[in-house]
Amino acid sequence: MHKATSCTKAVEMIPDGATLMIGGFLGIGTPKRMIDEIVRQGKKNLTIIANDTGRPDLGIGKLVVARLVKKVVASHIGTNPETQKQMIAGELEVVLTPQGTLAEQIRAGGYGLGGVLTATGIGTTVAEGKQTIELQGKTYLIELPLHADFALIAAHRADYHGNLEYALTARNFNSLMAFSADTVFAEPDHIVPVGVIPPDAVITPFCCVDYIIERSN
Amino acid sequence: MDEKVVIAKRVALEMKEGSLVNLGIGLPTTVATYLPAGLQVFFQSENGIIGLAPAPDGGLTDPNLTDAGGGFVGAIPGAASIDSAVSFGLIRGGHLDVTVLGGLEVDELGHLANWTVPGKMIPGMGGAMDLVSGAKQVIVAMQHSAKGKSKIIKRCTLPLTSVRRVSLIVTELAVLEPTEAGLVLKETAPGVTIEQVVAATEAKLIIPEHVGVMPIA
Repeated sequence: MHKATSCTKAVEMIPDGATLMIGGFLGIGTPKRMIDEIVRQGKKNLTIIANDTGRPDLGIGKLVVARLVKKVVASHIGTNPETQKQMIAGELEVVLTPQGTLAEQIRAGGYGLGGVLTATGIGTTVAEGKQTIELQGKTYLIELPLHADFALIAAHRADYHGNLEYALTARNFNSLMAFSADTVFAEPDHIVPVGVIPPDAVITPFCCVDYIIERSN
Repeated sequence: MDEKVVIAKRVALEMKEGSLVNLGIGLPTTVATYLPAGLQVFFQSENGIIGLAPAPDGGLTDPNLTDAGGGFVGAIPGAASIDSAVSFGLIRGGHLDVTVLGGLEVDELGHLANWTVPGKMIPGMGGAMDLVSGAKQVIVAMQHSAKGKSKIIKRCTLPLTSVRRVSLIVTELAVLEPTEAGLVLKETAPGVTIEQVVAATEAKLIIPEHVGVMPIA
């Protein structure tokens, strides 16, 4: 089981037009080296599913500034004026989704569920064009699962098999996205021998992770 | 007393021992400063932590420990870090006792609009829709008017955050409780008359026989 790959080779696997889930919350827990490499290789027409679009000089914001993104599914774009500018100019499609719904859509996509029933968004613009269902006297919005070609996730530590551990608030969407893409890249801060991360501390099991990004020189 | 301090101090009195609380960015965050001495409440931040504490001094901050605004914070002993699905499971599943949010408009139905001004400000709803739909108690902490115009109005004109009726509205002038019958004036701020509140409010207020004064100093 050899999962280690360089950041350059990993990004070379991503074709133009791919759908990427990228972990992080305002850049915290976002795989920074992979983002920089995508910008360097100039991947185009990407669809990004993420909590937010960072800041212009931080995290996913760099992809937006470099105009590599055609569509964003996120809960918040307020910290990146460039996202709003491109959206208003009609150059970038933005789907705004409540954060909890986004988390559950990603989880559903990875857990084999057909969708999510939620009260969040009922009676708001989020419900426009969506199906509702009445169950046990309550009305729910039907939100469909999300799936991506690639998930780019940041972890605190990975072992050689790809078991992952996260640090504090840098976990956020990463552990959910690890289930919801065809190919999962994990960019850890540290790579440790198998066994260093005890079984109870593993948050993302190795079977979800396809590639571990090697440390830079 | 500064208007925002009046609001934060009054909201702080709503906190109960041992409750789990989410404070929004901006004014709501300052509520933590005015908690009654000896009262322990636990702060949850939707980016993935229960047990938020003020940031440590000096160079002790951890880049992987932030609040939902991306600012550095600390954590209390016994804090727990969680992923975004668990975080919103707490919010949407009714485990969060109180959410305190800012507002752009609140109406006679107790509906809140606080996430967008179409054509002007489209930051995304982040976790606001989930918080208002799911928390046990929803407190809107906001100034009574903006640019001389009442923010408490007959019907919201801005897109709603939720159709869930909020629990309490606290402004620098008054405490209002939305009920089935309408907005009930519960308290006025020290030195503020009922007539002043009515004059500053576009919405119709229900004035009970006894209207208290905010017990703040």
